[in-house]
This record gives sequence, C-alpha cells and structure tokens, in this order.
Amino acid sequence: MAGTAASGAQLESEAAAAQPEVLIAGRGITKRFGSVVANDDVSVELRPGRILALLGENGAGKSTLVNVLFGLHRPDAGQVVIADEEVELSSPHDAIARGVGMVHQHFQLVPPMSVVRNIVLGAEPRKLGMIDVAQARRRVLDLADRFGLHVDPDAAVEDLPVGAQQRVEILKALYRDARVLIADEPTAVLTPQETDHLLDVLRGLTDQGVGIVFITHKLREVMAAADDIVVLREGRVVGTTTPAETSEAALAELMVGRAVDLHGDRFESGATGVGSAVSMATADDGDAVAEPADAMEVVLEIEALCADDDRGQRAVDELSLSVRAGEIVGVAGVEGNGQRELVEAITGLRHAASGTVSISDRDASGARPRQVTVIGVGHIPEDRAKHGLIGSYSVADNSVLNRYFRPPFAAGGMLRRDRITSHARDVVATFDVRTPSVELTADSLSGGNKQKLIVGREFSDDIDLLIAAQPTRGIDIGAIEFIWRRIRERRDEGTAVLLVSAELDEVLALSDRVAVMYEGRIVATVDPRTATREEIGLLMAGATPAASSS
Amino acid sequence: MTLIAGSDPEASRAKGGASRWTTRRVWSLAGAAVLVAVVWAFYAWNGAQTTAVLSGTVRAATLLVLGAMCGMIGERSGIVNIGIEGQFLMSAFAAFTIASISGSLFLGVVAGVSTGLAMGWMLAAMAVGLRTDQIIAGTVLNIAALGLTSFFYDRGRSLGQLKYQAIELGPLADLPVVGTALFNRPPLTYLALILVIVLHVLLLRSVWGMRTTAIGEHPGAAATVGIDVIRLRYLNVTLAGGLAGLGGAYLALEAVGTFTRAMSGGRGFLALAVMIFGRRTPLGAYAAALFFGFTTALQNQFQLNDTFDIPAQFVGMLPFVVTIIVVAAAGLFGRMRDPAALGQPYEVR
Repeated sequence: MAGTAASGAQLESEAAAAQPEVLIAGRGITKRFGSVVANDDVSVELRPGRILALLGENGAGKSTLVNVLFGLHRPDAGQVVIADEEVELSSPHDAIARGVGMVHQHFQLVPPMSVVRNIVLGAEPRKLGMIDVAQARRRVLDLADRFGLHVDPDAAVEDLPVGAQQRVEILKALYRDARVLIADEPTAVLTPQETDHLLDVLRGLTDQGVGIVFITHKLREVMAAADDIVVLREGRVVGTTTPAETSEAALAELMVGRAVDLHGDRFESGATGVGSAVSMATADDGDAVAEPADAMEVVLEIEALCADDDRGQRAVDELSLSVRAGEIVGVAGVEGNGQRELVEAITGLRHAASGTVSISDRDASGARPRQVTVIGVGHIPEDRAKHGLIGSYSVADNSVLNRYFRPPFAAGGMLRRDRITSHARDVVATFDVRTPSVELTADSLSGGNKQKLIVGREFSDDIDLLIAAQPTRGIDIGAIEFIWRRIRERRDEGTAVLLVSAELDEVLALSDRVAVMYEGRIVATVDPRTATREEIGLLMAGATPAASSS
Repeated sequence: MTLIAGSDPEASRAKGGASRWTTRRVWSLAGAAVLVAVVWAFYAWNGAQTTAVLSGTVRAATLLVLGAMCGMIGERSGIVNIGIEGQFLMSAFAAFTIASISGSLFLGVVAGVSTGLAMGWMLAAMAVGLRTDQIIAGTVLNIAALGLTSFFYDRGRSLGQLKYQAIELGPLADLPVVGTALFNRPPLTYLALILVIVLHVLLLRSVWGMRTTAIGEHPGAAATVGIDVIRLRYLNVTLAGGLAGLGGAYLALEAVGTFTRAMSGGRGFLALAVMIFGRRTPLGAYAAALFFGFTTALQNQFQLNDTFDIPAQFVGMLPFVVTIIVVAAAGLFGRMRDPAALGQPYEVR
C-alpha cells in the first residue's frame, strides 16, 4: 500500500518524461437516473497544464459528469479517457490509481486527525505496521513546499479554517500522484481573498503539468482562471469556448438559455465587479427597487448579544445591530463567523449568553421559538432539511408548521384538515411550488420547490420581521429570482428583513445596508451602493475598516 | 521507530484547549501520587489485607478491561456494542463446557475466544451487513446468550479439575505492595495485561489504528482513499468479540472456576462505563477498570471483616453506588466527544 504513495521526485520525473496529449476526457457520455437524463452525449477534454471550467446551473449535469470521470458513476454510453487511454472505471480507486484526484465540495477529511495523518490515510508510509510518522511528515512538507500549499502539518484538521482544509484536500490528491485535479465548487465556501489565493494555487499547479477541471456557477472566476470553458445546460453541452472569445453576459445566456440582465438592480457591473450568475435579477425588478425604502421605526434591536456555539466557544460576541421596518439589512461574512448562532439566538433556537433582543419594542431575549413566531417573525432557516421542513410530512402539513396550533387551522385541540389543505393549495399556487398534490411528502419536492414552500409558509402569515438565512442556497436561478423578488416585495410593504448569506453577490443585490460579520462581531456597516466587493472582502477576512479604506 | 507524541490523534483532539490538557495531566498525576501514598500507608498498617484488596482489584479489573477493549474497538470503528454482556456469558459457558468435557483448560479458552469471535461476527453481520439498529443488534446478543446458556445449563456438570492457578514471576512477585497483586497471577491475567499494552500502541500508532479511527469518524472520507469501510468494520467488530470471548473464558476458568446462570452479572455493561471513563484507550480503560475493581474488592473485604455493623446488602451496593456517582461526575466534567459516525450504518454508494 505504501508503494502507491508517490514521492514528489517521482511525480516530477514522470511529468517531464512522457506527457500525454489528453489528461482526461469524456467522449459522448450519457448517464440516466431512472427517466432523468443527467448527461446527454457530453464530450469534454482536458490537456496538460490547462484549467477547464465546467459551468452550469444546478441540475445542469456538472456533478454527474465529474462523478463519471472520477469513477463514482458508470456511464450508460460513451467512454472515459485518461492519459490517452480508454478506461473502464469501476470505482474512484481506479481513477485515483490513474492519477486523478478529486477535491470534494464537502471535504473528505477526518476532523480530529492531524493534517499529516489525513493526507497519508490509505497510503501510509509504514514501519512494521506502524505509521512512519517522520517520513509521512517529511513527504507532506516537501509537497507543500513544492506547490506553495502551506499548512501546519500537526494541526488537527477541525482546528483549521476552511481555506486551509481545502489545501489539505488538494495535498491529499497530490500525495497520491494526481495529474488531474477535479474540484467540485471549490470556491463556494471561501472569502473573495481565499478564492483569489486558490485560483493562484491552481494556476501554479498547471505550471507543473497538472490539469484542472473545476465546477462552478460563478462567472467571475471562470473569466479570471479558466483556459477552456464548457457550459452545460439540462445535461447537454451548450457551448465550448475560452475567456478570450466570450463575455460574462454571453456565458450567462448560455447557462440559463435566455438573455439575463447581469447588472442586478442598482449596480454598475464595473463598480461592483458583479461576477456571479447568482447576482442576476430580471429587468422589471430594477424599477421596483429604484427608490430606496424609507427608514421607519426600528423593528429588530439587538444589543450586546453574546452566544456560544455547540462546542461552547463564544460565537457571537457583544453584537449590536438594528433593522428598521422597510429595509433589508444584509449580514455578509464567511460562514462560521457566528452567523448561524446569531440567527438561532434571535429566533429562540439557541440560548444567548447575555445581551438583549427586542422585536417590535417587545423584549424577546430568551424567548422560545414559538413566542418569537407569535410576535410576528418569519424565519427562513439556513438548513432546509433540518429546521425548515419535516420531510416525511405532507406539503400541506408543512405549509402550516408555524401556526397549525392557532385558528383557523386548529379548533379545540383538533386540526381542521380542510382549511389546512386549502391554505396549502393557496401557498402552492401563489409561490409556484411545483408538486402534483399537496398530500405528497415534502421530501418529494426539489430543493428550489422546498425553499419556495418555506418562503410561502413564512410569508403567508402577518409578519413584521423576516429572518432569511441563506435563502437561496443550492437552488436554481429561476427559484432564486423568484425568492429575491418576494423578499423585495415584503420589504417594500414595510417588513424589516435581516438577510444572512454567504453569497456576497446575494447580499449586495438585496440589501439596503450591509453589515459585515467577522468572528462574532459586526466589524463594519457599509452602503452597498458605494462599497466595492474588494472592500467588503477584506472586511470579511478580518481587516479593520481603517486598513481597508486606505 | 520514531514515535512523535504530537501526532497522536488523541493529543491533537485535546488541542482545542491546550491548557485543559495540561491541567488534566497535572490532576491525574497528582491523583496517582495521592493514591500511591494512601495504598502504601495501608500496606504499612495492614499488609495482608491490603494485598488481598489489591489482588481482588486486579482480578475484577481484568474482566472489565477485556470487555472495555472489545467495546472501544467497535466504537472507534463506529459500531456501538452493547452485547458485551452476552458475549461474556456465551463465551464463559462455551469455555466451561469444553474445558469440562475435554479436561483441558486451554481448549476451554480456545472455545471461549472462538465463541466470542462468532458473537462478534454476528453483531457485525447485523449492524454492519444488514444495517440493523446497533442497540437492537446488541440486545439480540444479550437475550440470545441468556436464553441459550440457561437452557443448556447443566447443574450437575463441574470443571473436574482446578481452575487456572497463579504463576509466580520470580523475584517480581516478592516486591512489596504490588508483588502478589500483579506478579503472582494466573495466566489469563498476564495475557490481558499484555493485550492492554499491545492494543494501546496499535490503536494510537499503527496504520490499522488510524484507519479504524477514520472509519469511525468519517467513513465516507476513508472510502474515498481506498479503505474498505465495510470489511474493516466487520473485521474489527469480529476481532473485538474475541477479546470479550477471552473475558468469558477468564470468568469461567480463572476467576470463578465454574459456570452459573447469568454469571456475567452486568459486568458487560459496566465494561462500557469503564470504556467511556477510560476515554476509549486501553490504558485509560485499565486505569478505570482498576478503579471499579477496587470498589468491588473493597466491598468484599468489608463483608469478610464485618467492618460495618450494617446489613451486608448495603455494603454490597458500594460498587454500584460508586459507579453511578463516578459516571455522572465524568459526564459532567470530562466531556468527551464520541466518534462522529458512531451508531450510523455505512452504505456503499
């Protein structure tokens, strides 16, 4: 087993010796899941030293394609080519053995184990059955040096920031002699600075002959980093191009299949560097938001709030923030800086250690979730499956989860099925939830439709405050547009909205004010009309406001 | 062989609070020092009785640590084993019966260990292969063992020979305080002590130990680097059953010398407490087992001496009361995280 672990020198000499013409390719790949055709005659090709970007909406078939290339799925038709050879991959190990590495979207790392152990796991250098720690450490440090991927080899992975964990993932692939690196949405969890760093690292890898396939739906990154671009839509290749031959607008049109307004509501694309498909909004939205909402009375007032995370560490630290009626306050920040705990503390899902929360002039500190709901708060939780819906309940039951216990849905302790059903039909119709029947389980809905159901439920009640956490995570652009429009409408009707999102583009597109959160505090509040992505990115990474403005 | 302390997974796990780790160390060392002083003082005061209590401690601890090691291999791999009680009982029965029929204690031990392995494999087949709820799978073992051994129990059968007798380890056995307790023991006790040390090194330093941790923490990640999660879980849970089997053989052929109905008497469950208290490491578990063994030995001595003028049943409660207090206290102060994938069946994609 130790033999499969490649030393750095070996990799270098091989790369210099015989460079294949094609590192990896799919030729006419077709993959069906039941009646759904996830990939339909898809062909892509990666040459040494190049970065291939796979661009497409959710469900376009990007993940299916790379899973076929990595041996996780077997294609129904077509061939996989690795290093100029047609291959049959029966599992990822076949792909790994041929020098294909994958940087998974959800890191495949063992959190309590050290960096070195994670990297060598499965291909350990050994002495008498024991791990040869010294040798493992040396090899890892060599690799890290050679590729400029710096990590503390002895740190436990769980103590590392996300960007460093990702470097461990990359090192893990390189340790296994990867000459092709497949990265599935590698930038989804990174700050803009970390993203830039990652793109530099990937570029550095290509200088050493490694080829890279990366999946994304962010146009900015594609234009900045890719050599070749393949755009997928509905399982088919709809465009093969290069950054020099195309533009963000053209790519967006290819992805979505219709012309889209890249400028969002009120931003010049140049000033904000709008680069994500997510920041698109339809043209008619632009008019609706032209006049900023008038500042009205304060609905949510948070003062010196402190809350701990699940491990007992302080996650929200003396945080103060207020949201007025008729405004959207966006909380920007890299995930894991206390946003989740903040939302949970406001909505009563988590005990605050100290500080006060008042909603509509009523003290809501330490209120239970139901009390918060009854005061008039709508909550779109970040984790749909866990906190948003009960998957095994029907769509109808899910549509009244926040008020099934009150009239008109309950009387004398009994549920009024007829009213629940008719309410559910209303929600489904108004919020465009696509389901054949409201009696089907919530699990049967797609991600976007689940989210629309949640939004519909929370919006159909009379609310003064909306807490929206990652409201559009992982759903397609059509649903994103829809949800954004609904949130704006609510704002214009006078609801106070606290938006928490890891997508900076989303925060910029929706917010009237942007509060940047870092390590449990609001480090700055900026005006999205004047602040640049770069400024906000620096604040998200912990730069002080003074430093970032210079 | 280079062994770098800093790369020990347990050490890096504790890194979250470096100060807590050292505080813990200081407290354990201080506790150990106090313990040694107290034992020495008692030894000076009444050598014979102190030796008896210490010997009783080691005797009780051996069974507990074997069960605890069985449990920890399973749990580190992600499989809860609450069937240790049943594994003990069934193996004790097999060991006793075979030793009685064949007249060979050694064949009895082989039968006990084999039975343990078979029980381990059954647990693996249910929990890993069929993805049954692990608590139910363990309960099945316990109920089956109690039923089968009671049904086939033959009151008339006897071992027909002496149980395993103590072997003196030369001059070591003449050491004061610990001489008799540690170095004048029957063979299976020595074997258990060796296993504690070997397994400790293997779990924390070997390739096998690291892979075992990986499949218990993040089986998906282990699978992506080519580790066969299902196979390793099967292997580990089966082999762990062998340790419980040795425990059963020890109980019947060395500690007691006969088989009686339900003779494991809840020690398989106590072993789980020992495992958790010992933070799922063999040496930690042995320390915990000694502690629990000590309460049992002390209670026996109190009853023999009639130390307290209260009904024997109350004195007999001592180990259980102490267990409740200690486990509760450990739960309050020494929070330890379970392996992340503990109790979750793994499905190959």
